[in-house]
Amino acid sequence: MPATTLTNSYDAAFVAEVRRESEQNLALCYQCGNCTAGCPVSFAYDFPVNQIMYLVQTGRKMEALTSHAIWLCASCETCTTRCPNDIDVARVMDVLRHMARRENLVAEHSIHAFWNSFLSSVERYGRVFELGLMASYIGKTGRVLTDADLAPVALRKGKLTFKPHDIHGVAEVRDIFKRYREHRS
Amino acid sequence: MNIGVFVCHCGSNIAGTVDTVAVAKAALAYPEVVFATDTMYACSEPGQAGIIEAVQKYELDGVVVASCTPRMHEATFRRTVERAGLNRYMFEMANIREHVSWIGKDKDANTNKAAELVHIAVEKLRRNTELTAGEFTINKRVMVIGGGVAGIQAALDCADGGLEVVLVEREPSIGGKMSKLDKTFPTVDCSSCILGPRMVDIAQNPNITLYTLSEVESVDGFVGNFDVKVRRKAAYVDWTLCTGCGECAAKCPSKKTPDRFNEFIGKTTAINIPFPQAIPKKASINAAACLMLTKGKCGACVKACPAGAIQFKQEDEIVTEQVGAVIVATGYDLFDFTQYGEYGGGRYPDVITSMQYERLLSASGPTEGHIKRPSDGKEPKDIVFIQCVGSRDKSIGRPYCSGFCCMYTAKQTILTKDHLPESQSYVFYMDIRSPGKGYDEFIRRAMEEYGARYIRGRVSAIQPKNGRYLIKGVNTLMGDQVEIEADLVVLAVGAEAAKGAPQLAEKLRISYDTYGFYMEGHPKLKPVETNTAGIYLAGSCQGPKDIPSSVAQGGAAASKVLGLFSKDKLASDPQVSSVSLQRCIGCAKCQSVCPFGAIEMTQFRGMTKASVIATVCQGCGNCTSACPQGAIQLSHFTDNQILAEVHALCPY
Repeated sequence: MPATTLTNSYDAAFVAEVRRESEQNLALCYQCGNCTAGCPVSFAYDFPVNQIMYLVQTGRKMEALTSHAIWLCASCETCTTRCPNDIDVARVMDVLRHMARRENLVAEHSIHAFWNSFLSSVERYGRVFELGLMASYIGKTGRVLTDADLAPVALRKGKLTFKPHDIHGVAEVRDIFKRYREHRS
Repeated sequence: MNIGVFVCHCGSNIAGTVDTVAVAKAALAYPEVVFATDTMYACSEPGQAGIIEAVQKYELDGVVVASCTPRMHEATFRRTVERAGLNRYMFEMANIREHVSWIGKDKDANTNKAAELVHIAVEKLRRNTELTAGEFTINKRVMVIGGGVAGIQAALDCADGGLEVVLVEREPSIGGKMSKLDKTFPTVDCSSCILGPRMVDIAQNPNITLYTLSEVESVDGFVGNFDVKVRRKAAYVDWTLCTGCGECAAKCPSKKTPDRFNEFIGKTTAINIPFPQAIPKKASINAAACLMLTKGKCGACVKACPAGAIQFKQEDEIVTEQVGAVIVATGYDLFDFTQYGEYGGGRYPDVITSMQYERLLSASGPTEGHIKRPSDGKEPKDIVFIQCVGSRDKSIGRPYCSGFCCMYTAKQTILTKDHLPESQSYVFYMDIRSPGKGYDEFIRRAMEEYGARYIRGRVSAIQPKNGRYLIKGVNTLMGDQVEIEADLVVLAVGAEAAKGAPQLAEKLRISYDTYGFYMEGHPKLKPVETNTAGIYLAGSCQGPKDIPSSVAQGGAAASKVLGLFSKDKLASDPQVSSVSLQRCIGCAKCQSVCPFGAIEMTQFRGMTKASVIATVCQGCGNCTSACPQGAIQLSHFTDNQILAEVHALCPY
């Protein structure tokens, strides 16, 4: 790994943007490691979550946004619950995912694809249509056999219907997406 | 004689590896022992009550307690037997904790050894006699050595308590390290603004005699009656005439004299007043730099001085002060970083110490408070601070934490941002140690509000690069190597014992640790006392300390002296030597080995005989070993008593 040159590695705009979007002050973090201590998916991370926080603290944008960890995060919020400085760590992770998406820096394509399929299903039907989501995800990733073994069980329990769920307020859910897009633009 | 033996468990400290019941049982077989028992904590209230009860019930004439070291509880048990109606010297202690239970795991062997130590104590006690303390008068003056903030506090508190104080300072002005600081943590208040008035108080207090540019030459005597010789070094200026106007310095042609007060950043003149707030505000000549004193020609200051105070022929003067107590507050010195090759070993002009940086920050410093690089006078933009330079490094014999560097580095990053808002500070640290009141909050402020970038890791190299410096190091939080291009590097140099500290300790007969810091009487319970009666410690001479702790210790040492002087007379220790006139042959060997000058040779019916000055004798026993006749004996440690102890252990 080449040495990081701290004189110019600090991206002040990135630090400010994370701070604004997450409404969290990362300068408060004193690197105690409580977030990583409780993280249930840290085993799969390339950077443990305290290092992700450190990358944001020290303005190292590319390393933060191209990390796999932000996509492997399960959003369980154990980190947020345990942070002694009341930093909403999970929210920072979420903001980093948004930024990585916007800047085309997503490191985990299949997870990103799943999220996109999930959200478009919710936007369209007001609630996730499982079979449609599966079809969309497989279409985007070609991962035909992922979790295929669960299908018979889910089918038998009526968890995989062939028609989208019929719910009230589909239009309202769509409005949420609309408002989000307006807010972003 | 009826002897009682009490074998202490000390909880499990002793009982864990010594069969105390068996020791007590064995003790019953020793001569004249009429009562023996084991006890949970002999020093506790019920433990002491048990001793008193046994003394009365069994009509004991002497008591042996087998427990810890006499340094811990001899005084305690002497008071106990006194309360029981015995003479305090009819008591012996067998140390079965430090000498037995803490050092051995074999319970049988430990039990045997403990029983033997009790046997020794019993044989000694059988030969003890009742001793009574005398009294001697004390001189209620106190000397404070060192005019830093701890010494200033001690001197002012003693003077306020009505004592006459002699304050001795090595440098031309009092003020110590604190007078060199720009601001102080964690309040960022101006150092000279809070110290200056205290320094003026010293100068104006009628109870305080101030000797600056002076060092302690020798110390004789004992608690209550010390004779201290002080060398007043030649200033080459008659301070009774000098008004501190500064005309001499303005005219001095030797303008490239190294500036000690400014930590050798910038230059001064051969004759100078070290800084504007100096107390006393008197000029002195640096003999090594003065043209008149080195080459015999110049005399510009003589012409300039309106008071006619310059005296090139002035010589050192020795004054003797008689005092009853001494407070040592000689402070610390800063670690010389040039032995670290990775920081350039002193080759780079812009790699400076934290104290030099303080002088750059100070409005009365060589740059009048403008942060400028020593090399080219430019304002730095990127500044790297490196902590633990000469602290926590076993390889250079400095394994201890200097304690205040984390705090002053944070302060310096804050001041840097105040002076140069466009600057960026980086701090390489190992751990942050900020346990004082408001201290950790202060460190957080440096990071959160002032944007100091803290990097957990060490620096491996500083290399010049295009007029700047490339600092290479590690960031252990990320596990990667880092580089910073910076304009200025400030090394947080640690504290070490003041130069000459061991030599002064030997004059004062106090002990010092491996690093030259003075040893307190007890690490918790006697923090400002020493093991030499009448000598007290304050401030960093005992170990690195920040300003609040130094001030607290200065006050504490003063209160100890005031407590000591609250009595008009002190009890003399009866454990002193005395001479048997029949046996003494007047050879004076005892006089030659006495380190305290307590023996004088007198005439008795036309014969020369030794005589002990009881108030001067410290009971060391040198004379008794030297005496070829056994004529001089130390009370409570007579030859007969010591031989009885040896016989108890080696009967054949």
